[in-house]
Amino acid sequence: MTSSPILEAIDLARHYRVNRGVLRRPATLRALDGVSFVLSPGRTLAVVGESGSGKSTLARQITLIETPTSGDILFSGRGVDSFDKSEWPELRRSIQMVFQDPYGSLNPRKTVGAILGEPLAINSTLGASARRDAVHEMMAKVGLRPELSGRYPHMFSGGQRQRIAIARALMSNPRIVVADEPVSALDVSVRAQVINLMLDLRDEFHLAYVFISHDLSVVRFIADEVIVLYLGRPVEKAAVETLFETPAHPYTRLLIASTPRADNTARRERVAPHGEIPSPLSPPSGCAFRIRCPFAARVCEDKRPELRPFANREVACHRVEDIAG
Amino acid sequence: MTAAAKIRPVASPNPLARFWWVFRENPGAVVGLWVISAIVVAALLADAIAPHPPHEQYRDAFLTPPAFARGGTWRYPLGTDDIGRDILSRIVHGARLSLLVGGIVVSLSLAAGILLGLLAGFTRGIVEIAIMRSMDIMLALPALLLAIVIVAVLGPGLTNAMYAIAIVSLPHYVRLTRAAVIAERTKDYVIASRLAGAGVPRLAFVTVLPNCLAPLIVQATLGFSTAVLDVAALGFLGLGAQPPTPEWGTMLADARQFMQRAWWVVTFPGLAILITVLSFNLLGDGLRDALDPRMRR
Ligand SMILES: Nc1ncnc2c1ncn2[C@@H]1O[C@H](COP(=O)(O)OP(=O)(O)O)[C@@H](O)[C@H]1O
Ligand SMILES: [Mg+2]
Repeated sequence: MTSSPILEAIDLARHYRVNRGVLRRPATLRALDGVSFVLSPGRTLAVVGESGSGKSTLARQITLIETPTSGDILFSGRGVDSFDKSEWPELRRSIQMVFQDPYGSLNPRKTVGAILGEPLAINSTLGASARRDAVHEMMAKVGLRPELSGRYPHMFSGGQRQRIAIARALMSNPRIVVADEPVSALDVSVRAQVINLMLDLRDEFHLAYVFISHDLSVVRFIADEVIVLYLGRPVEKAAVETLFETPAHPYTRLLIASTPRADNTARRERVAPHGEIPSPLSPPSGCAFRIRCPFAARVCEDKRPELRPFANREVACHRVEDIAG
Repeated sequence: MTAAAKIRPVASPNPLARFWWVFRENPGAVVGLWVISAIVVAALLADAIAPHPPHEQYRDAFLTPPAFARGGTWRYPLGTDDIGRDILSRIVHGARLSLLVGGIVVSLSLAAGILLGLLAGFTRGIVEIAIMRSMDIMLALPALLLAIVIVAVLGPGLTNAMYAIAIVSLPHYVRLTRAAVIAERTKDYVIASRLAGAGVPRLAFVTVLPNCLAPLIVQATLGFSTAVLDVAALGFLGLGAQPPTPEWGTMLADARQFMQRAWWVVTFPGLAILITVLSFNLLGDGLRDALDPRMRR
């Protein structure tokens, strides 16, 4: 880890105003709050959490699709706000995204060749034949037969489409790729192939990944560092081995315990996540996880736990010393 | 020559073939398509098909009945009107006019409707509100009434009638385009184009528009029949094509007073309008089924 960070997030927050009908005042939904991280080239940061925990919202802030309500994003050490109009295209193409749904993320009216060629058509001065060569080269890199460049997306399987989506992201020659649950929609049998492809490409192009997943079993293979989100807030941030070997936050433990593991001969008792996720519009006072937490105490009701260092990681839990210590 | 240059793309199974497969399941639509093709051929070859010039008055043959009726002659297969003009020839030439009018009206309103719809769908805010409210106001008034008002302002004549009809059919296209744009613009493939650096014009015309075309094609087909009907209505009211132009609505209006005596003077132009409008509607329904499965009943 010698290279300097390519992307930093500092106390990132994104709040949405949601209308609740005519008679009630609009409410503020804190989809994301207090997220910070540092990401270097060649590394993967995983973001995990149940559905609705703000993972996609985080992806939209990092990829500059939306503007955060507060907090800063630094690209190569420079705040993205300070990029002026002439530098913006360069910044934009440096941060690419792979979406969850391989059926919705490819334009159904365009051939694969046109989809992959678009970033070059927009950002480069290459002629049509040079673009076609580049497209064919990239298709080969992601394991697709270049002869298929004249086909439309609906003629490919989910796994192949996700390869196309990855290829499209790489056509912009990015530094950072944000992958929002890239394998969740795929058959279990092709997930490993796509993950391995992503790992190979990360090393070949020296990319930095933000890998979003609700499935911890996938994260283990690809991540270097993990952030666990709960209702938009980070509850634990640790290196991947630390997190899996000695999870500290009760929520992390719950997630890991409920993950099916192939290598487990004596099947561990599956801890069913008891209780529903509370509505993000009216989260519980204090610690948002307390109503589902077996260790909840008085203090958890009164005060929101801040992220603080604990045994080689950061945890947001009042009682972590009692639970994991 | 590099190695990559030798790669020959594998052809896609033809999307047109898939379309045709669904389309031909609908007998009404296929009939509509055949009839429209026949009308188009007749219009193109009007000079060759029509037995007489459309304006030629045969003074020895006022109000001759059609050939198959008593007193008719094959010289005038569908009879003649009150000043001795051959009705078949006028109908065939009228087809040319009706199709031309339909084509121009649909092109005008489609182009303007797509532009306004894309503008409304992509800008949102005040521009969108302004556009959509004006469209609502136009839709609230009966189309023909509005067209009459517009022609009254612009002055009667075929060209102004076409403008008027194009304007009154605008709201349908604007609404369809905007609705489709709003449904598409938050989809992942559009966001991906944005991340690739596409600006709003490229997003609108290259990325989003091709995915919004299906309902627009259907509407354009139906709009064709509305245009034919409305231009005939304006012609009938004396606000559209002016006599002696062989326009179907104008022919009806001219011959109105002889309706009791000579049924053929109004029946055949009326049938021409009916068949054309019906065919376009059948075709439109078939296209809707084949292109836009979501709208299928
Ligand atoms: N544009 C938006 N407007 C209002 N609420 C939103 C919007 N986008 C996301 N949310 C809300 O923010 C929360 C987090 O959503 P999301 O980031 O999609 O979660 P995840 O990807 O982890 O499932 C959810 O409660 C969701 O309803
Ligand atoms: Mg999500």
